[in-house]
Amino acid sequence: MAYVSIADRDHEAEHHDPDTFITKYVWSQDHKVIAIQYGVIAILIGLVGMLLSSAFRLQLGFPDVFSFINPENYYQFVTIHGMIMVIYLLTALFLGGFGNYLIPLQLGARDMVFPFMNMLSVWVYALSVIILVASFFVPGGATGAGWTLYPPHAISPGTPGTDWGIVLMLLSLGVFIVAFTMGGLNYVTTVLQARCKGMTLMRMPLSVWGIFMATILGLLAFPALLVSAIMMLFDKLLGTSFFMPAMIQAGVATDTVGGSPVLFQHLFWFFGHPEVYIVALPAFGLVSDLLSTHARKNIFGYRMMVWAIIAIGGLSFIVWAHHMYVSGMNPYFGFFFATTTLIIAVPTALKVYNWVLTLWQGNIHLRVPMLFAIGFIFTFTHGGLTGLFLGNVTIDLPLSDTYFVVAHFHMVMGVSPVLVVFGAIYHWYPKMTGRMYNETLGKWHFWLTFLGTYSLYLPMHYIGFLGVPRRYFAMGNTDFMPDSAITLNASMTISALIIAATQTLFIYNMIVSLKKGEKSGGNPWKSTSLEWQTPDTPPKHGNWGHSLPEVHRWAYDYSVPGQAEDFTPQTVPESEVPVGRDHGTEH
Amino acid sequence: MYITLIFLGIIMATVITWLLRQTFNTQPWISEAADNEVSGSSMDTNSKAVALTVFLAVATSIFALFISAYTIRMDEPDWRPLAEPTLLWTNTFMLILASVAYHWTRNAAVKGLDSRVKSGLTVSGAFTVLFLVGQVVAWQQLNAAGYYLDLNPANAFFYLLTAIHGLHMLGGLWVWARSTMKVWTGADSDSVRLSIELCTVYWHFLLLVWIVLFGMLLST
Amino acid sequence: MPIAVVLILLVVGSLVFHVLSPWTFTPLASNWSQIDDTINITFWVTGFVFVAVNLFMAYAVIKYRAREGNKATYDPENKKLETWLTILTSVGVAAMLTPGLFVWGDFVNVPDDAMEIEAVGQQWHWTYRLPGADGQFGNVKAELIDNENPFGMDPEDPLGRDDVLVENGEVHLPINVPVKVNLRSKDVLHDFAVAQMRVKMDLVPGMETYLWFTPTKLGSFEVLCEELCGIAHHTMRGSIVVDNQADFDAWVASYPTYADTQNEVVGNAQAGAAQYAVCAACHGQQGEGLQALNAPKIAGQEGWYLRRQLNSYKAGRRGVHEDDIFGRQMAPMAATLANDQAVENVIAHIQTFPDNPSPTTIDGDVMAGQKIYNVCAYCHGGDAQGIQAINAPRMAGMTDWYLANQLKNFRSGVRGAHPQDFYGKQMGFMGRNLQTDQQIYDVIAYIGTL
Repeated sequence: MAYVSIADRDHEAEHHDPDTFITKYVWSQDHKVIAIQYGVIAILIGLVGMLLSSAFRLQLGFPDVFSFINPENYYQFVTIHGMIMVIYLLTALFLGGFGNYLIPLQLGARDMVFPFMNMLSVWVYALSVIILVASFFVPGGATGAGWTLYPPHAISPGTPGTDWGIVLMLLSLGVFIVAFTMGGLNYVTTVLQARCKGMTLMRMPLSVWGIFMATILGLLAFPALLVSAIMMLFDKLLGTSFFMPAMIQAGVATDTVGGSPVLFQHLFWFFGHPEVYIVALPAFGLVSDLLSTHARKNIFGYRMMVWAIIAIGGLSFIVWAHHMYVSGMNPYFGFFFATTTLIIAVPTALKVYNWVLTLWQGNIHLRVPMLFAIGFIFTFTHGGLTGLFLGNVTIDLPLSDTYFVVAHFHMVMGVSPVLVVFGAIYHWYPKMTGRMYNETLGKWHFWLTFLGTYSLYLPMHYIGFLGVPRRYFAMGNTDFMPDSAITLNASMTISALIIAATQTLFIYNMIVSLKKGEKSGGNPWKSTSLEWQTPDTPPKHGNWGHSLPEVHRWAYDYSVPGQAEDFTPQTVPESEVPVGRDHGTEH
Repeated sequence: MYITLIFLGIIMATVITWLLRQTFNTQPWISEAADNEVSGSSMDTNSKAVALTVFLAVATSIFALFISAYTIRMDEPDWRPLAEPTLLWTNTFMLILASVAYHWTRNAAVKGLDSRVKSGLTVSGAFTVLFLVGQVVAWQQLNAAGYYLDLNPANAFFYLLTAIHGLHMLGGLWVWARSTMKVWTGADSDSVRLSIELCTVYWHFLLLVWIVLFGMLLST
Repeated sequence: MPIAVVLILLVVGSLVFHVLSPWTFTPLASNWSQIDDTINITFWVTGFVFVAVNLFMAYAVIKYRAREGNKATYDPENKKLETWLTILTSVGVAAMLTPGLFVWGDFVNVPDDAMEIEAVGQQWHWTYRLPGADGQFGNVKAELIDNENPFGMDPEDPLGRDDVLVENGEVHLPINVPVKVNLRSKDVLHDFAVAQMRVKMDLVPGMETYLWFTPTKLGSFEVLCEELCGIAHHTMRGSIVVDNQADFDAWVASYPTYADTQNEVVGNAQAGAAQYAVCAACHGQQGEGLQALNAPKIAGQEGWYLRRQLNSYKAGRRGVHEDDIFGRQMAPMAATLANDQAVENVIAHIQTFPDNPSPTTIDGDVMAGQKIYNVCAYCHGGDAQGIQAINAPRMAGMTDWYLANQLKNFRSGVRGAHPQDFYGKQMGFMGRNLQTDQQIYDVIAYIGTL
């Protein structure tokens, strides 16, 4: 595409520091402010999602003891909890939050390529969150259809929130997708076009690789959610029958015929499975950087890590129907999707090996971000391996729709990415604020969260083995469920409440350290990547002062042999510190 | 879902091939002098052009998914094809003219011919508006003929697909309106050249999408 | 350092938990031992990786923790190692996948000698259909479904005449006979799952799905819906009873064929008057109820509900719990109705009574009750008018003290605890959510305003 060749990047250097409060903190076009706005909104709504989970966990652990939770709001809480955590917290936080913060800084750009659109993105995202929350206050309340929103029950009587709740939910998703697309265009274009001199793709930190690939997945996969949301809105509001078959509603036959509920599921999971990797790939990237920095060692097998990210991204589009083995789709699809699903385990396993091998022969500093990173490897290994059960079509027969599934996906795309989120926030907090967090509080936060979540989710797998189904308001007396399982459920609820309470430590730490934290200096971790080499901390609008940085090496020159310091920033020319050319094991 | 898979397969294959070509045969831990000279820009073009290309991939994904949904839903026994109004042929012709006019305007803009740009923009905008008006009239004709939206999925898909395509067209018209305003208030064609070039691509894309959609609607 | 110790403890702890946990697979009761085998293979492979990776990581953390003067080794990559790891992982994946695909092949292909039954799901009940003597199912159509034809049977199709209709959550199956269960939903998605049989499949409205298994153990097994289907999803229970062939045949014979249901007994109100004389002593001449004798109003209650309750009393599904004093009084009374004709007659007679709302005897907070009633309205209707299709009776204008007693009975399990009382079981789930008596009075006060 060579029809334009205007070198427009010089014009982008004209960044004026905004002077009013409004332009600096509200209508800001600075990617760092936008990142923090994204992060704060995501964490706030994430706390709501967590409180919802505490509420329904009370019912599960102590059935019918707490009267404020009844079947109606139980299903609403479960639904909105899932929706918030997957989309409004994790997707927004990784891409809108970390993507916005790290892409320009790690690539040596002054800002995103389209700052105005970036600003629109965050406020449209805020709007989508407001619509989501509003759905609790409309007649009939929020939707209780489960986060998968399967028709017909999502829009037919018998489910909570089929009047306004589901409409607002779908609307909110549509608005979110618009926000994401505006952000996504920015991230992709910035990665492709706005890197500083010397920053080849293969010199990019893995954080950027993960976020970049996740954004591509999001841009191509979110349309599937949009398409299904639009079609469901038509069915709900205009009486069409895209997904609505001939059926009975409260005893009366509908006038819909022929609609295909399975079609919705195909569309939904065509988005839904890449969505897993939209959350996972940024986590993979960020955790790689955390491990490398705090182990003072280059990431092991960088190229394999990049290729694995690319391969996982590509494969993630042809595994979606493993969510549908027992959905009533053509059962012969099971052979194909089980195979592709288990193949995707190979690049994923390689990533795990390489993280662990990065620790090998390192010089491991067990500071808070590193603890979270190690915790991530443990929980991700666990969650990834249970995925091999569910991905194998035969094993899915007994385990699908049981608590094993709930335990699996919470382990792999709940706990694991959240551990990375925390680790990464602690890691970049000094850069964002110029101050250190409180190390003791951070350690307490890690231990309670890590051990709490494991004590919550490990037993949950076994409840699933028993055959206890998910999304049940109450089990009652079920012949295969022993009384001890009820005790186990109570203990899981207590774990959940402890985890929830623990997060106040995190919030407290973040807020208090803003004022009271020790000054961190520009590069407290002695890190090599560009964001730590900014002239100011926190970086000013425009990031780099007068001149853009130039890059002379990859982002992982830690402990280069023969050097006094155990890190060599990317900006250091080869003439000053030779790269470790002759010292690699590549022969 | 095969259609979506083919479209997305092509997109993903392009992305992956390109990425692998960038990443193979490099040993990033070895500092190559050549690498130090890399400008940091992967495409020799404007960022907006890159963003547009990415957006076109997103739009392709949306339309491919709708087409997939269409072909899957079509197999159900309740599907009753509708008789497309002949007006659609006229509309198609309008859109072709709009696209051609935009291309002509682009050529003028590249050559810096201000007055031609002015008239070219006006003409292409006019044809586009005619297309959209024609689509709305086609809706009315269908409605008058009893092809209501909720009567049959074939009808519903017709309204839905034309509406989504029309919305994309409206988005294009917004950008068109901005450059037209600029030109008519005296700006020279250079200041809108990029916008016109990108819009030309966008119009061609939407024409292509329309031809695919129209062909599908006609043939089923 | 503590992290390494904790990692080791977690690995060991997980293994110990796995071995000692009493929560493991529910004992198998079908032919699908291959599924359990596949899971065991997967356990070995994944267990090995879990232990190896995490112990290696713990060891690395201990051995290479930061120490003064230490320096990490510069080690960009190791192609040989990475290649080997790729190969080993692929082998492990293949070892898990291959048996999985073979078993799936078995699951997809139903044996030729399998008998067929049909399980029909609706919000929030199971019913079943057997093909009858000809071994073939008659046609069904969703648009034919109504209260008189809950299965949507096509009256024109001769194949359907001998279909056996089981309007009940319990189905019997003969032991050691492969059975293909055809699955059909009347309204939304459901899922037919029996933990002991290992298999499950969704029910999708507008299409038919299936699964198959061979029951290998006698006994009763609970059928659960495992695809979210609305607010009472968790109450959608049924059961499979595995019998030997003779018991199974007897059970089948006890259910009507579709043709039988076409010749339904019609009640005669005049004949019913004589039979009602027994009832009148407590329920009153006009079925208006008498609180002093703990007899509720029955005038105005719908016939289908009266029929079900009378039959439940007769069959010992209701009025058998030792704490159900009044129910135990009713059971022998119901038993005086010798046959279906008598039941229909007395119902027909009750239908002739004038329907005057019962007087209010219970005070409660109507506003609080309205909030609670939100949940009730999903089945009983916004006006508490009752919805036969969902098996929810009318409550508006009925005796309020009786509703209160019954809600307490449901809550405490005095009513609805019988394993075959699937409707009562559902109300038990809902009743347990009303923890205080005050909540019960509130919701009844609200129902009184409807």
